[in-house]
Amino acid sequence: MNFSMARSGRTLIVYIAGELDNHVADEVRVRIDAEIMKPPTRDILFDFDGLTFMDSSGIGMIMGRYKKIKALGGKAWIICDNPNASKILEMSGVFRLIHRCSDIHDAV
Amino acid sequence: MNENSYIEGRVEINRLSTEFYAKSCNESLARAIVSACAVQLDPTLSELSDIVTAVSEAVTNSIIHGYANVTASRDKCTVRMECVLYGDAMEVTVTDRGCGIENIEKAREPMFTSSPEMERSGMGFTIMESFTDHFSVWSEPGKGTEIKLFKIFNSLSGAKSGGESKCENMTTEP
Repeated sequence: MNFSMARSGRTLIVYIAGELDNHVADEVRVRIDAEIMKPPTRDILFDFDGLTFMDSSGIGMIMGRYKKIKALGGKAWIICDNPNASKILEMSGVFRLIHRCSDIHDAV
Repeated sequence: MNENSYIEGRVEINRLSTEFYAKSCNESLARAIVSACAVQLDPTLSELSDIVTAVSEAVTNSIIHGYANVTASRDKCTVRMECVLYGDAMEVTVTDRGCGIENIEKAREPMFTSSPEMERSGMGFTIMESFTDHFSVWSEPGKGTEIKLFKIFNSLSGAKSGGESKCENMTTEP
């Protein structure tokens, strides 16, 4: 898994490429939460452009971060092209809460 | 109806058994093994990703729930995974000797999780069920859990009669 973060105004951008499973979800969770705590974070964008695999551990991680952002009064977006990950996100109802977008300009 | 009636009429052409420690780093190993087995049947990318995802859920469950509170030595905490290939389908059995599931009906409900504090989504069984063609759970508290995941590779059904499966040269006949 490749993981990095960046900022654009009040939006925290989280890039995750490769495989997002239970083994890496904890580390991702801790690192994102540390950044969410830092002002002026309000919104979050998950950029899964390079994601090759995700299972339900990823859903748990995303929903947990969504709750934190929502508590800050912010919004969440996801960029995701991977068919396997999209199927799981749809099935879990994530797209009903988190906006799907095609690129960063679309979101921020 | 026979419990395994979905296998009737299918001929086993290959089998691989493996056992590994219940460590999260082995989740990707399990996926790689299943993927390597499945490609012998030439599935589509979508079919391959379905069975790999279902197996990832089963193995993760064994590791995080099955062996959540064990006091046994680590060498007793293993997950067994068996892949059986049929001409047009694959069955993966994932077994642990962990704590077992008290209420399987409840566990199978979408969004139900026994560990909300761990931020589990409760989607594991739902994903296993919808990504496979046949799915079953056997579990006994204190004994362990066995999950069977059966996936038909439809992309092969057309090519099967005339085509040659990549695994057909298993026989010793001339």
